[in-house]
Amino acid sequence: MSKFRKKGKKGQPAVNTASLPDIVFMLLFFFMVTTVMRETTLKVENITPKATEVQKLEKKSLVAYLYIGKPVKNLQGAFGTAPRIQLNDAFKTIDDIPLFVEMEKESRDEAERNKITWSLKVDSKTKMGIVTEVKQELRKVNALKLNYSTKKTDRISN
Amino acid sequence: MGRRDIPEINAGSMADIAFLLLIFFLVTTTMDTDTGLIRKLPPPIDELPEDQDKVKQRNIFEILVNSNDQLLVEGEYMQVTELREKAKAFIASEPGNPTMPEFKETDIEGLGVVQVSKQIISLQNDNGTSYEMYIKVQNELVAAYNELRNEFAQQKFNKPYSELVQKSGSSDAIKMKMKAVKKFYPQRISEAEPKKVGGTE
Repeated sequence: MSKFRKKGKKGQPAVNTASLPDIVFMLLFFFMVTTVMRETTLKVENITPKATEVQKLEKKSLVAYLYIGKPVKNLQGAFGTAPRIQLNDAFKTIDDIPLFVEMEKESRDEAERNKITWSLKVDSKTKMGIVTEVKQELRKVNALKLNYSTKKTDRISN
Repeated sequence: MGRRDIPEINAGSMADIAFLLLIFFLVTTTMDTDTGLIRKLPPPIDELPEDQDKVKQRNIFEILVNSNDQLLVEGEYMQVTELREKAKAFIASEPGNPTMPEFKETDIEGLGVVQVSKQIISLQNDNGTSYEMYIKVQNELVAAYNELRNEFAQQKFNKPYSELVQKSGSSDAIKMKMKAVKKFYPQRISEAEPKKVGGTE
């Protein structure tokens, strides 16, 4: 038996980590390719409702977002709890929508300006009043392709 | 001068650098693509069109939502889960029923001359209706149309409508079929100006 016992001190051989950089680089490239930088910080509560018939928005670069909802907790002291509109990074009013639409159109290619989808990210607890006002305003400035942002679910309840 | 060997660059820290970058992209990445219900608003009009009240009552499927999120469908109180069946029955009614919508002979490419219902769904909500309820109603209506289109496409072309939509980019024949189904059950959801009746906010 002891014939086969190796002589001398021999610890576990170290794991070869030479391929670690390759693995990490692979992951890195994956994330670099799939990444889209976060553009806005949310200042409103935004839990979108659920629906069953959702569609995916095709081109991310052709989507402009309008957020509506209650200001988040730490801003409620300054802004109250009434639902507000957030465009880009700031609270705005209904009157700012035409300018916002114009700016968004301006930042796209000329040929694609009419293909912009206006995604309304509205908190599910919001009342329709403000949503309708926003819709009317969008309609006035010819921003007609809307998307009501919703999450996918299997069934809805009463 | 003897040529000296260029010492090998130590690549041991490469992994660290890559990790740093990796973590940066991991943190900044947003993978969620936006999903939702896609809708088109009617183009802006200066004054009300004249033929607005020419639409006959029997062609209109009226849905009212009040500020307590209650539904009144064709004068009947209803739960939102019942709406889909009711809407389907309205959209896909048979010609010749006096309480159901009128029909119009239309020539559709791929189907020939068919009877197409003149149905319109009219949706009116209150300013106090919750957005959640509004989306539920919208969702049920879209679902009603989608289900009918699926059934019709299955019956005519042996493929559900959703499959036709998916493959419509690949061939013109499929695209034509998809358009035919779409024309047979056109999605007509009209949203009336909201009323400020119940509740504030």
